[in-house]
Amino acid sequence: MAYADTLPPQRKFGQTTRPDSWWLQPLVVFLGFSAFIVYSTWAAFQGLHDMKTGMPSYWYGGLHGENGGANYLSPFYSPEFWGVSPHAIGKLPAWWPTWAPFSPAFLILWIPAGFRFTCYYYRGAYYKAFWADPINCAVGEPRKSFLGERSFPLILQNVHRYFFYLAVLFIVLLSYDAWLGMWFTDLTGKEHFGIGVGTVVMILNAVFLAMYTFGCHSLRHLIGGYLDTKSKAPTCAKAHSCVSCLNTRHMMWAWISLFWVGFTDVYVRLCATGHLNDFVFFKF
Amino acid sequence: MNKTVTFRIWRGDATGGKFVDYTTEITEGLVVLDVIHKIQATQANDLAVRWNCKAGKCGSCSAEVNGMPKLMCMTRMDTLDTSKPITVEPMRAFPSIRDLATDVSWNFRVKTKIKKFNPRKPDCEDGTWRMQQQDVDRVQEFRKCIECFLCQDVCHVLRDHHKHDEFIGPRFLVYTAALEMHPLDTENRLAELKQAQGIGFCNITKCCTKGCPEHITITDNAIIPLKERVVDEYYDPLGWLWKKIRPQG
Repeated sequence: MAYADTLPPQRKFGQTTRPDSWWLQPLVVFLGFSAFIVYSTWAAFQGLHDMKTGMPSYWYGGLHGENGGANYLSPFYSPEFWGVSPHAIGKLPAWWPTWAPFSPAFLILWIPAGFRFTCYYYRGAYYKAFWADPINCAVGEPRKSFLGERSFPLILQNVHRYFFYLAVLFIVLLSYDAWLGMWFTDLTGKEHFGIGVGTVVMILNAVFLAMYTFGCHSLRHLIGGYLDTKSKAPTCAKAHSCVSCLNTRHMMWAWISLFWVGFTDVYVRLCATGHLNDFVFFKF
Repeated sequence: MNKTVTFRIWRGDATGGKFVDYTTEITEGLVVLDVIHKIQATQANDLAVRWNCKAGKCGSCSAEVNGMPKLMCMTRMDTLDTSKPITVEPMRAFPSIRDLATDVSWNFRVKTKIKKFNPRKPDCEDGTWRMQQQDVDRVQEFRKCIECFLCQDVCHVLRDHHKHDEFIGPRFLVYTAALEMHPLDTENRLAELKQAQGIGFCNITKCCTKGCPEHITITDNAIIPLKERVVDEYYDPLGWLWKKIRPQG
């Protein structure tokens, strides 16, 4: 008799003797991720309209004067290749086919999306919430077959470290955007250092994303985890220890950074479309 | 203060069984295993239950209490809602022997297939080695394992998909990590981890970590680092290139 035949039969989907609300956690994750995916897709597609009108809804320049001259760029559009804001790196090339829709976000979002999609925390979370594989611990599953991450397509999750390399570039870019957000231009074109609500939002965005990115499991391995004798490499040992510290709260930073990057886009978009006035605390 | 509780205990063997309700009185400070023993002594003399130390160190009394894998001796009654029946059933990832006792011998067979500790040559003439505490700190966490096999039980790859022939389960990934990350060990277990031991089956649900009574961070500290070592070896072209061109020291 095969060993598997001696085991208790697989339970049906959702079958469990757990009396607690085991469905709540995957439901919250499902709703949270879905909300972000829907919003970020909508925000990315807003760029289509912006490219036609030449009026970016993803960048806020403010009103020049006492409380204006801001320079806030949505993180969904940074770096802004071929865009229409002052941040833009080049214009949409003439060879771009007219029938092909274009938004600067299309060139960008796949990188942070890929980083999060292949992230070890997110994998565990969305396997539960979206695939019910399993829907929660010790709860019956909907499928009998299981391939795991050892064959196509999920074997591609092993590409995570490459997305990490790209994600680090984004921390640099978003930090630079936050720095630019500290400079307000007056009517004469002179720049003044200042801090507005948008500046704080963008600084926090870079910080939260850095806390998430630098707690990455792949980084933890690459920076020192691969060593069995870290005592011979004290710098790696220290770096591993720092990354491990962030890594213990990887889930928390994953959620905070996810929410905040969406909120940053919302804030910039509301300011850019005139629904919100950015408050400037001070400027010199 | 005494109160009455109902235990819904799975009674049966490999051919089948059913839940049977037992109502009994409990006093303050009891754990689930105490109540099981009371029921065994007063109402069900033939109830099979495996136990030994009653201190959370032998890993014998593993079962599922209210659907979650637990050590019965470490599950305090005051942590459970006694207004409803409390279910106690055997682990589902292993064949049933009788009632709450399961046949966990598969685990011991798996362990024999993992490459043993293979230390480098001794550092000193007296045949001893020298290690830095910092280097063994990481594997000491893994040595807390009491082999209760609750992590194996809650792992859906074994529990629901019955991949016992292709996947060694979290317990033995922790065991392998303890060997693989040991500062003295010279063996390479990555090929087996990738193929025969099926580390790719783990999809990081962290149920093993949540269920570990020794609070070993199984997923983050053992399984994911091993997965990353497998990536180093088999899925990272830049890593291969770096190994080819890096200065040898």
